[in-house]
Amino acid sequence: MTLLKHAARTFLLSEFVKAMWLTFRYMFRPKATINYPYEKGPLSPRFRGEHALRRYDNGEERCIACKLCEAICPAQAIVIEAAVADDGTRRTTRYDIDMTKCIYCGYCEEACPVEAIVEGPNFEFATETREELFYNKEKLLKNGDMWEQEIATNLKLDAPYR
Amino acid sequence: MADLLVEFFQWGFGVTLVPWLAIILGIVAGVLAIVLPLLLIVAMSVYMDRKVWAAMQMRRGPNVVGPWGLMQSFADGLKLFLKETIIPASANKFIFLLAPALTFILALVGWAVIPFDAGVVLADLNVGILYIFAISSLGVYGIILSGWASNSRYAFLGALRSSAQMVSYEVSMGFVLVTVLMCVGSLNLSDIVMAQKDTFLGVNGYWFTPLFPMMIIFFISALAETNRPPFDLPEAEAEIVAGYQVEYSSMAFALFFLGEYANIILMCAMTSILFLGGWLPPFDWEPLYLIPGWIWFFGKIFFMFFVFAWVKATVPRYRYDQLMRLGWKVFLPISLLWVVLTGLFLLLTDKIPA
Repeated sequence: MTLLKHAARTFLLSEFVKAMWLTFRYMFRPKATINYPYEKGPLSPRFRGEHALRRYDNGEERCIACKLCEAICPAQAIVIEAAVADDGTRRTTRYDIDMTKCIYCGYCEEACPVEAIVEGPNFEFATETREELFYNKEKLLKNGDMWEQEIATNLKLDAPYR
Repeated sequence: MADLLVEFFQWGFGVTLVPWLAIILGIVAGVLAIVLPLLLIVAMSVYMDRKVWAAMQMRRGPNVVGPWGLMQSFADGLKLFLKETIIPASANKFIFLLAPALTFILALVGWAVIPFDAGVVLADLNVGILYIFAISSLGVYGIILSGWASNSRYAFLGALRSSAQMVSYEVSMGFVLVTVLMCVGSLNLSDIVMAQKDTFLGVNGYWFTPLFPMMIIFFISALAETNRPPFDLPEAEAEIVAGYQVEYSSMAFALFFLGEYANIILMCAMTSILFLGGWLPPFDWEPLYLIPGWIWFFGKIFFMFFVFAWVKATVPRYRYDQLMRLGWKVFLPISLLWVVLTGLFLLLTDKIPA
C-alpha cells in the first residue's frame, strides 16, 4: 500500500505541484523588501556611518588634536598633525581619514573627549574613484556642518544609555 | 509568389524588379518581420523572468529604469554593448567568437517554420518539426565550441555537462514528438495545430487528451534542453561559476544570453503548437475565433514562459547523476511506453490518420 502511495505520488508529481502552488501563493504576498532609493529602512541612533568633525555652536572646532582617535584606530586609518593656532589653542593642521581603511568600529567616537569626531547616520557616500574616499579635514568639517542636526539628535537620544 | 511580389514592389515602391530579386527582398522582409519583434519579446521576457522570480521571492525586481522598470533589459543591453570584448590569450580566437554567434543564429533560425496564425509562416515546410528538432540539436555546437575555445576548465566542464544533458533529453523529446505525430499524421506544424481542433469535449489541443503526460515530459525536457533551472548544471554558478559563458564578456555574452532566451521562447512556442493548440483558441467555441489567432498563440507562449519562470523560482538544482537518471531511466521508458500505447490505441480504434 505504501509502495502504491509512493508510486502515485511520484508519477503525479504531487510534491512538485505542492511546491509550485506554494510559490504561486507567495507571488501575491506583500513584498519583504523596501523600494530602496526612494524609501529607506529605520536607523538606530547608534548607527555608525560616514565620519564628521563637529563644531561648537559658536562655530569653533571641537577637535583639540589630542590624537586619542588616531591612537585607538585599529585600522590606522586616521592621520593627525597638530600645531598651536593664532589664538593660542591647540588645533589640528591636518586631519585625514582613509575611508577605504576604516572598519567603522566607532572607537574614534568613543575615544574622543569632546565629541568632535563622530560617525553620522549617512551611509550613502559611494564614490567613483578611490581618491575621493581619502577624507581630509575640510571634507570632514563639511560633513559635520551638513549632518549636525541629525548627529546632535542621535547623540541626545543615545546619551541615557551611556 | 514571384509575380505577386514583383507586383507588390511595383505598386508600393514604383520599381520593377526581376523575379528572383523580388523573392529575396520578400524573404528578407519576412525575416525582419519575425526577428525584430522577436528580439523585443526576448528583451521583455528577460524582464518578465526577473519580475516573476522576484515576486515569488517577495522581492520587487527591476523597477527603476523606465516605468515599472520596463526599460531594464535595454539598459543592460546598452551596458553590455559598451563594454570591451575580452578574448583570453590562450583561446582559439575564431571559434571563441564564432560560438556565441552560432548560438544566437540557431536560436533565431528555428522561428522560420513556426506558424503564428493560419497561413502566417515564413517557410511552410512539410518537415517543420524535423527542422526544429535539427536546429535545436545543432544548438549544442554553440555551447561545446565556446567551452572548448575558451581554454578554461570551468567553461570546458560546463560545455561537457551541457552537451551530455542536451543529447540525453533530446532522445525522450523525440519519442514525445513521435506520439504527437502518430496522432496527427503530418510533420507540418500548421497541420499539427489544425489536427488539434476539438480534440475532446470541445477543447482545442492535445493537453486535454491522454497525451497530457507527454506534454509534461516535453516541458521538462524543454527545461533541460534550454539549460533552465532545475537543469542549469552547465552554468551552475555555485560550482563552475557560469560554465561555458565564464570567459565571455560584452556583446559575445549578450549573444549567448539573447540566444538562450530566444531558445526558451522557441520551446514555449513548440509546447503551445504541439499540445496547447497553437493559434487556436482554448475552446472550440465560435465567438473565441473572433480574437485573432496570433493573440492566442502569443498568449499561450506567454503562459508557457510564465511556467518556465515559475519553475525556476520553485525547484532547486538537480545533481548531475539525478539529471541523467531522470532522462534515461524515467523519461525514456515512459515516453517509449506511451508511443506503444498511442499506437495500439490508434490501431484498435481505427483512428490512424491517413
